[in-house]
Amino acid sequence: MLMQRTAGALAGRRHAADVEPGREVIHRHAWPVRVTHWINALTLFILVGSGLNILNAHPRLYWGQKGSDFDHAFITLHAWPDWLIVPSYTDLADARHWHFFFAWVLVVNGVVYLLWSLLSRHIQRDLWPTTADLRAIPSSIRDHVLLRHPRGEAAKRYNVLQRLAYLGLLLLVCGMVVTGLAMSPGLDAAAPWLVWALGGRQSARTLHFLFAFSIVLFIAVHLAEVALAGVINEVRSMITGRYTVPRERS
Amino acid sequence: MAIITRRQALIGGLAGGGLLLGSCSKIFQADALTESASFQRVLAAAQAWTLSTQRLLLRRNAMAQEYKPSDISPHFKANGTFNPGGEWYDRQVAERFADWRLRIDGLVTHPLTLSVAELRRLPSRSQITRHDCVEGWSAIGGWTGVPLALLLHAAGVRPSARFLVFYCADNLDGEPSKGGEQSPGQYYESIALEDAMHPQTLIAYDMNGKPLDVPHGAPLRLRVEQQLGYKQAKYIRHIQLVSDFRRIAGGHGGYWEDNGYDWYAGI
Repeated sequence: MLMQRTAGALAGRRHAADVEPGREVIHRHAWPVRVTHWINALTLFILVGSGLNILNAHPRLYWGQKGSDFDHAFITLHAWPDWLIVPSYTDLADARHWHFFFAWVLVVNGVVYLLWSLLSRHIQRDLWPTTADLRAIPSSIRDHVLLRHPRGEAAKRYNVLQRLAYLGLLLLVCGMVVTGLAMSPGLDAAAPWLVWALGGRQSARTLHFLFAFSIVLFIAVHLAEVALAGVINEVRSMITGRYTVPRERS
Repeated sequence: MAIITRRQALIGGLAGGGLLLGSCSKIFQADALTESASFQRVLAAAQAWTLSTQRLLLRRNAMAQEYKPSDISPHFKANGTFNPGGEWYDRQVAERFADWRLRIDGLVTHPLTLSVAELRRLPSRSQITRHDCVEGWSAIGGWTGVPLALLLHAAGVRPSARFLVFYCADNLDGEPSKGGEQSPGQYYESIALEDAMHPQTLIAYDMNGKPLDVPHGAPLRLRVEQQLGYKQAKYIRHIQLVSDFRRIAGGHGGYWEDNGYDWYAGI
């Protein structure tokens, strides 16, 4: 019972009917997490694709306030291929329509998630690492490298690297919104301090790209971990909430 | 158990790989959706949300950042039209725009026609601001010109006026300027009256202390600093105050707007 409580909301409700010897099914993800997760997944996919399409219009990144063909580029990129961009042909006007519509979806979805997660204490309980978690970082890194996934009681809660990765993603998404807004000439007049704090309008644009790149890295690792931990069980737990706890090794 | 995990890993790997190899846009029919008029209307809703949010956040007359002379871009990239060309414009250049007239009419009580020399004698404002192109690059330049609000006060804006339409001498569809205001490809732009009244909104005639050169819009261009580069119309000949721009050219309020770009270019 004590174990149940400390395991947090993730392992909150046990499906009575499923408690049979050797196969424990728990209710892993609350519905607001599941709904916002899939909206977020689709939104990030479209924002990255349309963002790369927008970047094709001028694939050079600078540091500071200004930067164009005549200035020193911080990063020079090539045009992104059609199969990666949204829509699948380079068109700045259309890509901007996609990007700004789904930027709003990202913000609204993110605010809903943040409010629910703070009020339900999901962030405080399931994501914020405990001192014990932080001490376990080295062993958790070793487990991840050896592809050893938690089993039994340990699988009912997020491990410390998961907690840090999810919190990191939250920060990165906030960073995307802030750097995106800092590129707006309208918002620059309303909040010039924001642009200065980021090192200038072109720095904000460069950071916007680097943060997006970090999100793509997160998604790659996230998908790999889902694949390794068991696609069907993991994806089902994010759709229906039901999660089969991997048995302890005997 | 280990076998199932491995099988699941394989399924996951294949699904992930398929997702990466297949065209991102094809998976959810992004191209077909983009071509659909009703879906475009859904996407266009974002423009209205952005406009009303920015109107809410921007205090009236919130000033765009101004920079030091040392911040000025050594090379200010010119874009769009580099030279309107054509016999008529070439003659204007040769005559140093002595015959160029700026006409302000439409929903005003006193239509005005001003030469460049007359504009230069009016009170002016100088500002060093950042020009943000929709493509993503930025350049910093110094501008001197007549505050548009001053010209509008002189012309007397009628209460029904909501927008200003700027007719330019350049044609972006490759044709040299024929002087027609609504011929295909003719550059034009429009802004809201409240943006026109902003103290930083200028009809600029000098750039970095020298008369505007041809690539940057000689002899007159618009500076509306809270918006992107394509709103900064060059080679301006005529400003018309209107209540509605839906009957002008393609009906979207500007050359680039008629080509799919947002009318509100604050982001």
